Amino acid sequence: MSGMPSIKSREIKIVQEIPISKTLRFWEGLKEGKVYATKCTKCGKQYFPPVADCPNCLNSEIEWIELSNEAEVETFTHVVFRPTSFCQYKPYTVAIGRLKEGVKVLTWLTGFKLSEIKVGMKVKLVAKLSQEGNPTYEFVPL
Amino acid sequence: MICLRKVAIIGVGNSKFGIRNDVNVAELTFEAVKPSFEDAGLAAKDIEFVALGSAGAGAWYEELLPAVVAAEYCGLTKAGLVRCEAACASGSAAFQTAYSVIASGQAEIAMVLGVEKMREIDSLTAMEWIGRAGYYFWEFHNFGLTFPAYYALYANAHMAKFGTTEEDLALVAVKNHKYAIMNPLAHLQNKITVDDVLNSMVIASPLKLFDCCPMTDGAASLILASEEKVKQLDVDTPIWVAGIGCSSGTANLSKRPDYVGLEASVLAAQRAYKTAGISPEQIDVAEVHDCFTIAEIMAYEDLGFCSKGEGAKMIREGQTEIGGKIPVNVDGGLKAKGHPIGATGCSMIYELTKQLRGEAVEKGRQVQLKNYIALAHNIGGTGHYCYVTILRR
Repeated sequence: MSGMPSIKSREIKIVQEIPISKTLRFWEGLKEGKVYATKCTKCGKQYFPPVADCPNCLNSEIEWIELSNEAEVETFTHVVFRPTSFCQYKPYTVAIGRLKEGVKVLTWLTGFKLSEIKVGMKVKLVAKLSQEGNPTYEFVPL
Repeated sequence: MICLRKVAIIGVGNSKFGIRNDVNVAELTFEAVKPSFEDAGLAAKDIEFVALGSAGAGAWYEELLPAVVAAEYCGLTKAGLVRCEAACASGSAAFQTAYSVIASGQAEIAMVLGVEKMREIDSLTAMEWIGRAGYYFWEFHNFGLTFPAYYALYANAHMAKFGTTEEDLALVAVKNHKYAIMNPLAHLQNKITVDDVLNSMVIASPLKLFDCCPMTDGAASLILASEEKVKQLDVDTPIWVAGIGCSSGTANLSKRPDYVGLEASVLAAQRAYKTAGISPEQIDVAEVHDCFTIAEIMAYEDLGFCSKGEGAKMIREGQTEIGGKIPVNVDGGLKAKGHPIGATGCSMIYELTKQLRGEAVEKGRQVQLKNYIALAHNIGGTGHYCYVTILRR
């Protein structure tokens, strides 16, 4: 790569199988067009991304709540220089939006020209399938 | 309250930073270790404990146990040994570990090493690895956040709230390149202008190529000793550790209260100031974590060098230049000296030790010392970890 004398390391391919048993409802919900957060049945705190155990009071009895879909953009960025595993995508915009429940969601923001995106604008949170066919969620115009 | 022993820095070494494909991780570490021994007048047999900071072991370079490999290469085998990980603050985490070992009476002399080899893989794969260093599952897996993108989220929020501009961000890069030119250890030694920054390619809006630190190889070494040992060795100019403060932030950026500053920096700084018994006005020189230009502006505010929202004003007015209110990153910073992740925290302390001794090698970079107090601010991830270290001559 640099022209300096070197020896190539042995190649390995790494794919981890990430457990989702405890958040399965969330991933199933996305397929039904719903975005769920979790709520602790003891202290009432709400979480997104969803958690099976409450970090606030350590209670593990949670309920699933469907999120309202209107969000306000707190910040955003347009990612031009993409990592290897996202090279097949066009440059994408990522935003963090606050929902009326108080939780915030970080995801892609689509359907706008970059020049139209402003901090404070209102967007809609929707469940969808990714380009690779995996359940995901996204911000789109209201 | 436990009574801790005083600890001083008695030897420092720093390799040349840059694209170092001429050396492996152990050979690069050696380049920092040897001068630190010469500086302290000690040898490997004197070191009882070694803490090494490195973040990318097995990912962007081949060795999974760099502490073991580097220790053998530098003749340090048999000393107590650990590798510390706090992402880009791994070097500071190692410093705190070695400090604690001496302060608590477990050793008289210890060594802190920081090393990173980042240029053995291609830059897109490096971007992939570093992008995963937040919350992989919730923020990278589906959304491909990169490291510049994490800080770009902060930049856009800061610009929207306080009117900070892309030109303000560019001024940080211009300042840090200016000092890097004077520092022979620095990776990027080219003079740049505001226009050069503004016209460079967009990486993650609003951050452009010249708003970002380079991917750098480098190593730094620090030798620490107890007060008793300092007296026994009759050390000429010991640099005392006055206080260390550390804190952390949520893995998910979506769980942060806002995007205009790093809570971990604020808390770590408050803890460090309290332990050292000083206020920000007393600091003669600071090293802050400028992995991206916005990070330096937020650091001014989070560390209390100015009030919230006034960071851009400090850089516009030149208050963080040599001769200004508080000189910052006069070695070139991460932005231009380079950011070999695990080495950065140690390299900051290397620079501050030289400054406090009054021997910043190039006289044009020596700050004026009034209170003989310096501060290092080292962030890991995007405010996921933070260490603030205060030194005093």
